[in-house]
Amino acid sequence: MSAGTSNPMQSHQSAAAATHQPLLSVRGVKTYYGNIIALKGVDMDVNEGEIVTLIGANGAGKSTLMMTIFGNPRAREGTITYAGRDITKMPTHDIARLSIAQSPEGRRIFPRMTVFENLQMGASINGLAHFDQDLERVCTLFPRLKERLQQRGGTLSGGEQQMLAIARALMSRPKLLLLDEPSLGLAPLIVKQIFTIIKELNEKDGMTVFLVEQNAYHALKLAHRGYVMVTGNITLSGTGKELLENPQVRAAYLEGGHH
Amino acid sequence: MNAPSITTSSAQDTAVPSRFNLAAALKDAFITALIALGLSIPILSYKTEQNGSDLFLASRWRLVAIFCAIVFVLRVLEHAFLATRAARKALPDPHQATEPVHAEPSAYQKVSRFAIPMFLGVAVSFPILVYLVQGGLNESRYWVDLGILILTYVMLGWGLNIVVGLAGLLDLGYVAFYAVGAYSYALLSTTFGLSFWICLPLAGILAAFWGMILGFPVLRLRGDYLAIVTLAFGEIIRLVLINWVDLTNGGAGISSIPRASFFGLPFTAGEGGFADTFGLEFHGMHRMIFLYYLILALALLTNFVTMRLRRLPIGRAWEALREDEIACRSLGINTTNTKLTAFAIGAMFGGFAGSFFAVRQGFVSPESFNFLESAIILAIVVLGGMGSQIGVAIAAIVLVGGPEMLRNLTFLKAVFGEGFDPNEYRLLLFGMGMVAMMVWRPRGLISEREPSVILKERKAISGSLVKEGHG
Ligand SMILES: Nc1ncnc2c1ncn2[C@@H]1O[C@H](COP(=O)(O)OP(=O)(O)O)[C@@H](O)[C@H]1O
Ligand SMILES: [Mg+2]
Repeated sequence: MSAGTSNPMQSHQSAAAATHQPLLSVRGVKTYYGNIIALKGVDMDVNEGEIVTLIGANGAGKSTLMMTIFGNPRAREGTITYAGRDITKMPTHDIARLSIAQSPEGRRIFPRMTVFENLQMGASINGLAHFDQDLERVCTLFPRLKERLQQRGGTLSGGEQQMLAIARALMSRPKLLLLDEPSLGLAPLIVKQIFTIIKELNEKDGMTVFLVEQNAYHALKLAHRGYVMVTGNITLSGTGKELLENPQVRAAYLEGGHH
Repeated sequence: MNAPSITTSSAQDTAVPSRFNLAAALKDAFITALIALGLSIPILSYKTEQNGSDLFLASRWRLVAIFCAIVFVLRVLEHAFLATRAARKALPDPHQATEPVHAEPSAYQKVSRFAIPMFLGVAVSFPILVYLVQGGLNESRYWVDLGILILTYVMLGWGLNIVVGLAGLLDLGYVAFYAVGAYSYALLSTTFGLSFWICLPLAGILAAFWGMILGFPVLRLRGDYLAIVTLAFGEIIRLVLINWVDLTNGGAGISSIPRASFFGLPFTAGEGGFADTFGLEFHGMHRMIFLYYLILALALLTNFVTMRLRRLPIGRAWEALREDEIACRSLGINTTNTKLTAFAIGAMFGGFAGSFFAVRQGFVSPESFNFLESAIILAIVVLGGMGSQIGVAIAAIVLVGGPEMLRNLTFLKAVFGEGFDPNEYRLLLFGMGMVAMMVWRPRGLISEREPSVILKERKAISGSLVKEGHG
C-alpha cells in the first residue's frame, strides 16, 4: 500500500537501503517523562526479515522504547530512522502510515466495539482496501476470533484480547510489527500458540518483528537477535542463542525457570 | 435511601428464587416511610403564609402523610419488582461458558424492531392524531407546540450525542452552538433580509466554525478538564451576547425576526399566502404544523447523518477515540482531525436547531441560552444511554414532555390541595427521575452499543448479559 512500491526510483532506493542499513535504527535515543529520564541513550537496529527481541526487568524502559519509536512520548535526543526516513519528529499517526504496526502494552483493544469493528479499525489506514482478504487471513491465524467476530472486545478473555490486538495490528499489512509483551498473563498453551504465530508470520510472510518480552526463554529461542535492557540502557546484545547461553542473562532472566 | 439493603435482599432472593418475602418487604418499606417522614418534617410539614403584612406558619400534615404513604407503596412495589427479576435471573449465567454464546437478540435489537417504526409513525402523524383527538386546530395548538419543543430537544440531543456519545468528549457548553445558530439567523435575516432557507445552512456553517474554535484549545483535554473548559465556553458566548450590545442588542434581545415561509409562501391571511395558494381557510395553526414538520425533518436529518457517519471511517474513528485515544493514534488515526470534526459536526446540528428556535420564537435573547439548557441537553444524552439514538429520543420525550405533562394532571390538585402547583416541583421530580435512573439503569435507558456492522451469519452475543465496566 505504500506509495514507495509503485515508484521504481524509491523501491530501488529502499532495496539498496536494505543491504546497507537496517529497516529500523535507533541511535542515541533519550526519552524523558517530565524530568525523569527513562531511556538513557539507546542504540538498536532491526534488520529486514528479522525477529528481534528486547528483554529486561520490569520498569527497564522496554515499553518506553517501543512507544518512543511510535513518537509517543517523543525522543528528546537521538534519531530514529525507518526505511531510510527520519521519523523522530513525525506524529504518531503518520508513523503508523509507514507500514509499522503495534500491539501495545495492555492490548488497548476497543472494548465496546465488536471484534469485527476492532479489525476494521486496524485496517483503516489503507481504507479497508483489502479488508476481506486480510480478515480471512487473521481468521485463519486466530480461529478463536473468527467465532467471536460479533462479540464485543471487552468481553473477550485475556488471551483472546491479545490475539485481537495482534490481529488488529496485522490488518494494516505492516512490514514491521512491534509487539509489547504478548505473553503477559496468558496460560502457557496460549503463549505457545502466539509464539508459533509470530514465527509463522516471520517465516511465511517475511514480516519483521520487534518483540518486547519478559518471557526471556521463549523470546530468545524465537528471535534471531536480542537486546537486554537495564534501567534505560542496552547492556547486552547478540544472537538469540548467544544470549540464551550468556551466564549473566541466565542468572538474571532465566534461572526463575520459564521453561 | 438505604440502597445497599436492596442489593443484599436481591442477592438472597437469587438463592431462593420464587419467594417474595412480604413481611420483610413491609418492614423495610415501613422504615423507609419513617425516614421519609423524618425528612419531610423540616421540608414539607410547615409552610409560611403571608396574610397582608403578617407572616404565619401553616401546617401541612396531610401532605406529609400522603408523601409518606407514596414512599411506602413505592418501596413495597420495588421489593416485589426486584424479587420477580431475581427469580427470572436465577438461571445459570451463560457467560461462564467458554464457547461462543448464541444469545437471544439484544435489548437494542428487541427495542428497535418495534419501537423505531412506531416512534416514526407517531412522530409523522402526530399533528393529525392530535387534530382528531382534540377535535380542532385551535384545540391542538398546545400539543403541536409541545411536539415542536420535544423534537427540538431530540435534535439537540442527537447533535450533542455525536460529541459526547460517539466521540466521548464531555461537552457542557453545547448551548453555545444553539445560541450561535439562533443569533446567526436573527442577525442575518433582520440585517440582510436573507430568507430562512439561506440562513439555515449559514447558521450551521457558523456554528461548525465555532465548534472548531472551541475544539482547538481543548484538543489535549479529556474528561473533567474538557467539561470545565466547554462549560466556560458556553458562558463566554452568552456573556458576549449580553455585552456586545451594538451587534446583539444585549440583554433585550432581537425581536421581530422574520417568520419562516413555506418555500416562499408566507403564512399570512392575505393574497399569495400559504392558505390562499392552497385554497385553504387561513389559520394560524398552519404555520405551527409547518414548523412541526420542519423540526421533524431537521431532527431526522441529524439522525440520518449520524447513522451514516457511524458506518464510515470518520464515525468509527469517533467511537474508537472514545474507547482509547492512544490506540487510535497508533492505528494511524489523526486524533486532532477526528476531534475537530466531532466538535464541528455536533455544533453544526446545534446551529441548525438554533436557527429553528429563532424562526419559531421570532425573538431571541441571551436568556434562552443559559447553562441549564446545556445541562438538560446533556442529561438527555446521558439518560438516553450515551451513543444510542433511540435512547436519546426517549429521554428527550421523558425529560421535556414529562414535566409538561405534570401541568395537566389536575388530579394532583385534588390530592395535594388547591394551592398545589406541579410546576414548583418540576426540578424535584427531575432529580427524582435522575436518581431512579441511576439506580436502575446506571448506563442510561439503552446502554448497549449497537454494532455499526451486523454480520449476516448472526453470531451475536447479547451485550446485556455482560455487565459493562466489570471486566
Ligand atoms: N507515563 C509515564 N510517566 C512517568 N513515568 C513513566 C511513565 N511510563 C513509564 N514511566 C517510567 O519509566 C520507566 C520505564 O517504564 P516502562 O518503559 O513501562 O518499563 P518496562 O516496559 O520495561 O517494564 C519506569 O521507571 C516507569 O516508572
Ligand atoms: Mg512494559
